[in-house]
Amino acid sequence: MNVHEFQAKSLFAQFGVPVPRGKEITSAEAAAAWANELDAPVFVVKAQIHAGGRGKAGGVKLTRDKEAVRGLAEELLGKTLITHQTGPKGRVVRRLLIEEGANIAKELYLSILVDRDSGFPTFIASTEGGMEIEEVAAHTPEKIIKEAIDPAVGFQAHNGRNVAFALGLHHIEPAVLNPFVKLMENLYRLFMEKNAALVEINPLIITKEKTLIALDGKVSFDDNGLFKHPDVQQMRDLHEEEPLEIEATANNLNYVKLDGNIGCMVNGAGLAMATMDVIKLAGSEPANFLDVGGGATKETVAAGFRILLKDPNVKGIFINIFGGIVRCERIAHGVIEAAKEVQMTVPLVVRLQGTNAEEGRKLLAESGLKLDVANDLWEAAQKIVQLTGKAA
Amino acid sequence: MSILVDKNTQVVVQGITGKEGSFHATQCKAYGTKIVAGVTPGKAGQEVEGIPVFNTVVEAVKKTDCDTSLIFVPPAFCADAILEAADAGIKLIICITEGIPVNDMVKVKRALRGRDVRLIGPNCPGVITVDEAKIGIMPGFIHKRGVVGVVSRSGTLTYEAVHQLSTLGLGETTCVGIGGDPVNGTGFVDVLPLFEKDPETQAIVMIGEIGGDAEEKAAEFIKQHVKKPVISFIAGITAPPGRRMGHAGAIISGGKGTAAEKMRALESAGVTVVKNPAEIGLAVKKALGR
Repeated sequence: MNVHEFQAKSLFAQFGVPVPRGKEITSAEAAAAWANELDAPVFVVKAQIHAGGRGKAGGVKLTRDKEAVRGLAEELLGKTLITHQTGPKGRVVRRLLIEEGANIAKELYLSILVDRDSGFPTFIASTEGGMEIEEVAAHTPEKIIKEAIDPAVGFQAHNGRNVAFALGLHHIEPAVLNPFVKLMENLYRLFMEKNAALVEINPLIITKEKTLIALDGKVSFDDNGLFKHPDVQQMRDLHEEEPLEIEATANNLNYVKLDGNIGCMVNGAGLAMATMDVIKLAGSEPANFLDVGGGATKETVAAGFRILLKDPNVKGIFINIFGGIVRCERIAHGVIEAAKEVQMTVPLVVRLQGTNAEEGRKLLAESGLKLDVANDLWEAAQKIVQLTGKAA
Repeated sequence: MSILVDKNTQVVVQGITGKEGSFHATQCKAYGTKIVAGVTPGKAGQEVEGIPVFNTVVEAVKKTDCDTSLIFVPPAFCADAILEAADAGIKLIICITEGIPVNDMVKVKRALRGRDVRLIGPNCPGVITVDEAKIGIMPGFIHKRGVVGVVSRSGTLTYEAVHQLSTLGLGETTCVGIGGDPVNGTGFVDVLPLFEKDPETQAIVMIGEIGGDAEEKAAEFIKQHVKKPVISFIAGITAPPGRRMGHAGAIISGGKGTAAEKMRALESAGVTVVKNPAEIGLAVKKALGR
């Protein structure tokens, strides 16, 4: 789960990581009132959406004029921002973060995530703050500093010193050496205690006043750890999510909307991905990823149908089930009942394989429903592509 | 021969009185697996299909000859369950549970470091040595004893491959599900040498997916140490970046972990990479010259 910058910064503050004075704002009136209260030499008005690249897209405004803050807020609120991460539709700005500007002397990069190989939480740091870290890693890998933290003992001061000296902070600004080590320790605590998947400060700045400030921040959470944190759950912003994905989550389905026009419904995540791939191989594009889980009952299949049919791009549906413990004839019953419940308006190909597949296919064929039955994966994929036409 | 488990493996099922635990313990036993004990705290003295239930794994180890654990404990309590098994002296821990917090696994993996214990999973279908022991949730009957070792990050996609292998008459030795989580106990590089050494295994099917670099690491290992033919399918060539595709570990992040990258790495290591999942079985057949 992702959260907004203002939420990330409130967590930073809670864990002792310094952030600019700022506030979440949702109206021009509130913006004006906060500007008055903040009374800073420079005001920064930042659009809050779950996507990077806001600055380049015009989502971040600076002013020295307190009176101008209201106008900037009016301009941004309700605006649709299109960045390289939002897709062509962009995102509507519903909230702002208005904060005090800072005097930047140097920009750094600092983040923490779990290194999948070692299984250790690992800091990544660079002197190239303000740039995308992937770019830095690709072009100047020698500027990437990594420090793994042993989870058995947790963060130690030497972990912080290793990073600080590797960055050359003792040359850049010796006054921030110790605060930097402390900041890393606090970031580690935040990462572990809140079950974060990524905590990123970019840029982490050294100010002309020789202090450290997290000027921008990003936190995403491990969905599996959310049950431990009601406070984090409350940070979820449904406006930032695809409506069909919200509906799928409510039905315990794993759904990701894509741009193609063949809707697919599959049991198991790996097979669901493979089904998408095979649709592409057959000459079309998948409209989604949908894993109905090992069970694939009438209820889950019906919910799956409803979600797939709500996507206007869907021109055909491909159900691919490998019956294991759950027998295929039961799945066939589920598909038949569910298809009767919803109005099927597009071609449907059902491929059943595994336990009692023959019986399941027979039930489907004799159901009177307008559908094609297949037993081979490749045959089924070709059939649905044939019925819906190849991708343009 | 086979790897990891065989007809002598004696299993304790943790979480045996739960819905999943009791169902699958029964299924495994029916397949012929020696399920000798179950554990659910506070339920000692009960029986599940004739399998005695104990309060702790320590007790189960004392009273039976169990050496392997199969875990169905809910995600919030699962890290504890894995460590309980390890502390009780269990040598092979197979964890089926999906949804364990990553940071819990971080601590578990660290705690198991350097100890004589192997964890398989979590978030996996388990391990089956055909006709000897089924320790997991896979449908036993699709398997047929044969010559192919299977190792995979996925569940149903593995069944798909196994079904093809069985239908073509090639059959399997052992199938290992290493699971779909970003931090797991056993990787491809741990299983590949076992298959390479196993005299009965003539070819290896490796099923990977987007996310992480386990497949790239496997490619390096294969290049150096594996002489048997390896046939691979990588799921997710159509998966968009930055989105989690069902499995917690199946995500392309920062442009890393794409299917194309993994396929390239494997191909350069001499692995036969099939683009069409329906052709895994045929590719193995061809590699074996049958």
